[in-house]
Amino acid sequence: MISVVTSRRAGQRVGRDGFLEVLHAEWTKFRTVRGRLIGMVVAAMLLLLFAVLTGVSSHQKGAPPVPIGPGSEPVTDSFYFVHQPVSDNGSITVSVSALKSSIPKGPGDLRPGLVPWAKAGLIIKQSTRQGSPYAAIMVTGAHGVRMQDAYVNDTAGPPGLVSGESPRRLRLDRSGDMITGYASADGAHWTKVGTARVSGLGPTPQIGVFVASPPALDGMGTAGSVSTAVFADLRVQGGRADGRWTGDQVGPRSPTFAGYPDGTSGSVTGSDGRLTVTGAGDIAPAVRETLPTGGTLREILTGTFAALIAVIVVGALFITAEYRTKMIRLTLAANPRRSRVLVAKATVLWAVTFAAGLVGAVLAAPLGERLARSNGVHLFPVSSLTELRVVCGTAALLATAAVLALSVGAIVRHSAGAVTTVLVAIVLPYILTALPFMPASAANWLARVTPGAAFAVQQTLVDYDQVASHYTPYNGYYPLAPWAGFAVLAAYAVVCLAAAAVLLDRRDA
Amino acid sequence: MLRRTVGMSSLRTAGAPGIVVAGLRKRYGTALALDGMSFTVRPGVVTGLVGPNGAGKSTTMRVILGLDAVDEGTALIGGKPYRGLRHPLKHVGSLLDAAALHAGRSGRDHLLWLAHSQGLDARRVEQVIEQVGLTPAARRKAGGYSLGMRQRLGIAAALLGDPPIIMLDEPFNGMDPDGIVWMRGFLRSLAAQGRAVLVSSHLMSEVQDTADHLVVVGRGKAIADAGVADLIAAVSGDRVTVRTAAGAHAMRVLVRAGATVAATGRDTITVSGWPADRIATLLSQNAVPFSEVSAHRASLEDVYLELTREAVEFRAATHTEVSR
Repeated sequence: MISVVTSRRAGQRVGRDGFLEVLHAEWTKFRTVRGRLIGMVVAAMLLLLFAVLTGVSSHQKGAPPVPIGPGSEPVTDSFYFVHQPVSDNGSITVSVSALKSSIPKGPGDLRPGLVPWAKAGLIIKQSTRQGSPYAAIMVTGAHGVRMQDAYVNDTAGPPGLVSGESPRRLRLDRSGDMITGYASADGAHWTKVGTARVSGLGPTPQIGVFVASPPALDGMGTAGSVSTAVFADLRVQGGRADGRWTGDQVGPRSPTFAGYPDGTSGSVTGSDGRLTVTGAGDIAPAVRETLPTGGTLREILTGTFAALIAVIVVGALFITAEYRTKMIRLTLAANPRRSRVLVAKATVLWAVTFAAGLVGAVLAAPLGERLARSNGVHLFPVSSLTELRVVCGTAALLATAAVLALSVGAIVRHSAGAVTTVLVAIVLPYILTALPFMPASAANWLARVTPGAAFAVQQTLVDYDQVASHYTPYNGYYPLAPWAGFAVLAAYAVVCLAAAAVLLDRRDA
Repeated sequence: MLRRTVGMSSLRTAGAPGIVVAGLRKRYGTALALDGMSFTVRPGVVTGLVGPNGAGKSTTMRVILGLDAVDEGTALIGGKPYRGLRHPLKHVGSLLDAAALHAGRSGRDHLLWLAHSQGLDARRVEQVIEQVGLTPAARRKAGGYSLGMRQRLGIAAALLGDPPIIMLDEPFNGMDPDGIVWMRGFLRSLAAQGRAVLVSSHLMSEVQDTADHLVVVGRGKAIADAGVADLIAAVSGDRVTVRTAAGAHAMRVLVRAGATVAATGRDTITVSGWPADRIATLLSQNAVPFSEVSAHRASLEDVYLELTREAVEFRAATHTEVSR
């Protein structure tokens, strides 16, 4: 009884001021083995090396310029436009009575199909220049009426499909920069869908009807589609217009480059009363699949996986080497409160790896970006806050992976076993998700539940509801938010560290 | 039951320097590594922990250092369990395995992290390096050290906290004769400074000129715990060997005088309980011819062999017979 009280009191005293000494000891241990410092430098150098290689090896000089939207993001801006210039405020209405899409099933074999984001409707746009500001109201293949502007904004209107029996009437009102979209089933009762402020429309914006038809998802790839809409009762009220409608392809002139299936092209037929318009393409933010040549910060930091190997080895050996030489007995004799030793090791390792990773990423990111840009690569833009998140997240990913390796090392007490386990847990999912033929469901599952989920901190691409695409880790889209993905790895590390602490305390040294 | 034992031990030895090991029991699967190990290590004395390999010497030392848990029993350092010590290296300095160091770290850096863990600084490191004579090699990688240099480095680590208790597991192993002589002198000087010194060995010859007190272990328990002189006397008994051609005559004379006599060879008899000069006088007075009358004196090796043989035979009473 007495001794129990005594030892608890002693323990509390140690608890208050002993940790810094253990931390100091573990730091001295870490820094006095040259191989560990070299491992950290190697990790930083690998980040830099891969960034340079990625930057140098990319070559996009002479490629057509990527259309840039008003928010300075890359966009897709390619569609068939029946238009005329209109100045001053006013209103335009139309009735859409059909929207049919076709998808090729083979060469020359075009079949009717559903393209959910096929678009037909009214648009007001600064000019036919790609990337110019606009606002539009439209019917879609499967998402009802939508009001969209500035490429990224999307507002849902009344749902439902259009047909000859139930045409949909659309209206755009302009009042200065304010554009308001309406929809109606009968032409008498109008429902307001949304209002957009569109700056930079200029004195004589182009106004008219359009048809766009983005590539349809086809298995693990996409297939170009083409859509045809029937418009009636196209009327412009107010504003000054000359009344002559012109049909034009916005974007690449060549049907193939504009995304039309073989043997099709954009067209408009009929009189003023009734127009049949065929078009392909999309008016939307660019995503990985629509801008495959675009570079991302994640690709520049592709050396992360190589750096991971280095820090995992250093992390595991930080404790398994002590088991191999039995020096762990000296360590634990010097610090009988064992979980403290483990926490001190984890703290030192995390801090050192984070510092090394931060130096590597801070140098690698801007250097790689510069090299890639000088080779004509368009990089998906990131805000400085996002860049900071990617750089710090990469360092934190490396540091936390090293701590996971340390914890596993403390559990298995065997260098090769610990290194292999952690590599399999982190690097293998990363490699598997990078395989193009990996099914999206499997890749997304891996990127959710394995420690490899932490690669989400490097995500800079944004997925858009209004753009159908394969948002898979392979394309640079992770199912979890950046820090949520990191939290998965952190949870693995914390759980393993706790398990290691319990085992360290229970086992004989 | 266990808790009561803990309480009593700590009360009895509260504040006492040295090591008190009481009733340690530890089982690895079906093998019993420690089976009621009990002994005390006192300050100012070199205590030898001797016994055959596998007798539980190293396990006991690991238990004392809080490295291995026991199923039963206590090991206390100055009345406290090791795991409750703050800066334990200032209480107990130990060397379990001279090879237990990172080959890529210099000897000095090895001592430096250890010093930092105890709130000590580099000056103390330089002092112990000089004390064990490792200064020329201190900044070289420990992977290149000879076994003797590693032993010295391990001793330096044990001395780092200037502890009142020093515990060394097989410190003579692999040492050359010069090293053994140095080690003996060193251990004696540590005891002379008032420290409690515990040294294990599987060879009695290694500790016989060094230890003042011996704990002989076999099969996981102490089978003898006594001073070196007491141990020798206990095993020798006060027997006298008489070599004579007239054995039968000599025995008759001695038995008539009241001595306990046994014939132990063709021309030797052994007499118990009488000093040698009295036997010689008696034989001369009765005109019994003899060529030798000598007191039997056991060597420490004899003691060790006899005790450990008994341990192997597992006689339960041995402990109480031999200890004081």
